[in-house]
Amino acid sequence: MTFMVKPKVRHPDLPKNELGLTRRDYEAANSTLCAGCGHDSITAAIIEACWANSLAPQNVVKLSGIGCSSKTTAYFVGGAHGFNSVHGRMPSVATGANAANRNLHYIGVSGDGDSLSIGLGQFCHAIRRNLNMVYMLENNGVYGLTKGQFSASADLGSILKKGDVNNQPPIDPVQLAITLGAGFVARSFSGDKAQLVPLIRAAMHHKGFALIDVLSPCVTFNDHEGSTRSYTYSREHYEEAVHADFVAPAREISVAYKEGESLPVTLHDGSQVVLHKVDNSYDPTDRSAALARLVERQKQHEYLTGLLYIDPEQQEFHELSGTPDTALNQLPYELLNPGAAALSKVLSRYR
Amino acid sequence: MNPTDTSHPDYFHKVVDCQWACPAHTDVPEYIRLIAQGRYTDAYLLNRHSNVFPGILGRVCDRPCEPACRRGRVEEKPVAICRLKRVTADLKGDLEGLLPKPLPRNGKRVACIGAGPSSLTVANDLAPLGYEVVVFERSEVPGGLMRSNIPSFRLPQSVLDEEIGLILDMGVELKTGTPVESMRKLLETGGFDAVFVGSGAPKGKELNLPGRQGTERIHIGIDWLESVAFGHQDKIGDRVLIIGVGNTAMDCCRSSLRLGAKSVKVMARKPRAFFKASEWELEDAEAENVEIVINHSPKAFVTEGGKLVGMTFDVMEYEMNGTQIKSEKIIGETTIPCDDVILAIGQENAFPWIERDLGIEFDKWSVPKVDAKTFRSTRAGVYFGGDAAFGPKNIIWAVEHGHQAALSIHQFLETGDDATRPAPGVTLSSRKMGMHEWAYKNDYAPIERKLVPHVSLKERFKKIDIEVELGFTAEQAAAEVQRCLNCDIQTVFTSKLCIECDACIDVCPVDCLTITQDGTEEELRTRTRVPAVNANQGLYVSAALPQTGRVMIKDENLCVHCGLCAERCPTAAWDMQKSTIQWPHAGDKAAVATARS
Repeated sequence: MTFMVKPKVRHPDLPKNELGLTRRDYEAANSTLCAGCGHDSITAAIIEACWANSLAPQNVVKLSGIGCSSKTTAYFVGGAHGFNSVHGRMPSVATGANAANRNLHYIGVSGDGDSLSIGLGQFCHAIRRNLNMVYMLENNGVYGLTKGQFSASADLGSILKKGDVNNQPPIDPVQLAITLGAGFVARSFSGDKAQLVPLIRAAMHHKGFALIDVLSPCVTFNDHEGSTRSYTYSREHYEEAVHADFVAPAREISVAYKEGESLPVTLHDGSQVVLHKVDNSYDPTDRSAALARLVERQKQHEYLTGLLYIDPEQQEFHELSGTPDTALNQLPYELLNPGAAALSKVLSRYR
Repeated sequence: MNPTDTSHPDYFHKVVDCQWACPAHTDVPEYIRLIAQGRYTDAYLLNRHSNVFPGILGRVCDRPCEPACRRGRVEEKPVAICRLKRVTADLKGDLEGLLPKPLPRNGKRVACIGAGPSSLTVANDLAPLGYEVVVFERSEVPGGLMRSNIPSFRLPQSVLDEEIGLILDMGVELKTGTPVESMRKLLETGGFDAVFVGSGAPKGKELNLPGRQGTERIHIGIDWLESVAFGHQDKIGDRVLIIGVGNTAMDCCRSSLRLGAKSVKVMARKPRAFFKASEWELEDAEAENVEIVINHSPKAFVTEGGKLVGMTFDVMEYEMNGTQIKSEKIIGETTIPCDDVILAIGQENAFPWIERDLGIEFDKWSVPKVDAKTFRSTRAGVYFGGDAAFGPKNIIWAVEHGHQAALSIHQFLETGDDATRPAPGVTLSSRKMGMHEWAYKNDYAPIERKLVPHVSLKERFKKIDIEVELGFTAEQAAAEVQRCLNCDIQTVFTSKLCIECDACIDVCPVDCLTITQDGTEEELRTRTRVPAVNANQGLYVSAALPQTGRVMIKDENLCVHCGLCAERCPTAAWDMQKSTIQWPHAGDKAAVATARS
């Protein structure tokens, strides 16, 4: 961590987005994570994506649980709403918030401990509900905040800093999410912003649950030889299957794409994700094929990355629940509270 | 492209914009830090090492450092470097025992002609080495143009006396009232091993227009200023026209006001963008209600019965093409009544006292042929410097000429070869003290430039020698020093340590770092997070990084040297290191260069 605060001074030629804001306007508190932490890089990518998508800070909601990863919501979009919840319970809080106001952008930040150990059930049910949110899973394979024990995502054979070897199979959030039916599932690496930023931008425009599992080396407890989540190992075992470029709505796509290699996918709001297949035989719209390839690459100790599965047609939480289009705080009081007579009418249905 | 060679002393020197821009390469950030620590005497001595006259230059320097200052690019206004220099002179303690003690005489004698800044610098550098230096001065007091042409309301005599005294006290012999009337005689019978000509550019330019002759009320600017400085001239007419709009013109108009002029107009031929005067000198003159009239080209002096009554001008109109004049035309004529005219349109060097058969060659404009590096004339052992060498510049240039000429003279008299000189060098030393601790104050202070207080308009005209600028108090200086960005605390990168975690890139407040594929400089300049468009500023390119073979690049343009890259780097691939530039003077050994590993 650092005690030195990033000064407010900025480059005078910093580009501005549609709201007239610069990247620096999307920053927040000083990070207290270890210097070189992958999470800080992911924070920078989220800042870049929020800026590029011209999100109004007051329309952003940041949610997190407990862990190093969950601290990071304090480090981006200072003007946003935020809720730092109980360990593993971020999806519940996100569900409540989203139910009350569907017109905000929900960004949940969690880690491999928060999502895959204590909060695994919550994580699964958020997917099942198809909550309209971006779910960033900052995945470093260890519990950094409690000094580096193996987490549930640690790879078989991975060695701890002090020599212990992991013999339990990992939970792969990407495979899990695809199995559970998520409509936007991606994996990336904190050291590859060229891949990560367009993924976050696209995830923000995806209608429904969007998972981005981000390999994020723990520079203090999991960046040594024998680790399978170090900067070096991640770079060496990193295989990009599908590179996604995000094209904002109302921007004309001027590049011609070769069939079979590139595939534009239109999202519900008219924006597009253009998928460039780095691996030609991979089809990110075929769920079972995607799963099969993931399992196969995992056996080879390779991290398959990119936008691994996408289905833009799913119905999200509000559509499934038949809730009104309006946020609850915008509804007139009479509609929100129809009175004692209406209540007893509802209750009579259960008698 | 090839990785940047940071062991070349110029690379880090250029990053310290002020030091690079200063002809004498004063270590500005270091003396500013010394001021911040209240070490005014040390700050004065550090200044004096490079620029010899901190008290004088802290008032009247042309300050090439300030337009260069990085703070001026990051915000709007540069650090008040010049006025902080004055602070070191104003607040310093006793210098007793702190100046070099001359070595025993080495038996070699050096003559300096003229007691201006360049000659005095030669004396300052050579006297401590054991040389017997004799300075010949035409007038009764030393200082040259600093004394005769800079009015005492800008530069008090006492400051001149003190700083010149420090040099003379090192055993320099000053012969005032002793003009050198024959170079031949000096060379043949003077018994000198080397001669330095620092006689300035004492000839003011004439303006030969109809009506010029037959009146006493048209003055040559620098001559007039000299007669004011020495008390020969103590009044002037009510209405004064100054022709020309350089710094001499500013001194003339402000001096005229102090001699009793009621209305002073500075007549400029071109628009304001073409004024030669420094912006701050224009401001000071205009604050005293001097009127600056543009687009008036002198045509004739108007006299009636031998008495000057006015001056006729062509009124000009210019068609501009950006900053260039595309065409000009006369759109009218006007006569402005006046009692005196002061011509401040330039000056030249003049050497009627140098015989032309001594092997000292002159070009067709009677300018001596001087080597730009050694300052040697075409005759061995004879050197030129200051305005005498290349025409009018300013004091700080004269000082640097003096340093280089002194180095030449020393090399020449030691080895017979003045072209072989110690090379400049750079040393780097880390400023990391421990966890989160750096041996410099790296907070960015978002404060605005402090204004120097001035004596009120009512008070300042009461006497000609009331110094208008009061200088910073210790408290004001303590605030202003915080604006310095410590550009000499360099970001030093060791590529083999980098794990490409992006921490430095993410934390940099001014977006000057990027990791990218290698390419040509042109390509790389477009790949920085904000395009690196300022080609005058360096682009640092690392060697290939270990994990991906990409390169780290840094646009030096707007780096605020906050050290966050080094603070955030988990492997200490970035470090903050103080660069000390060795700029050799006479007697210095060859500098040892240390490279970025």
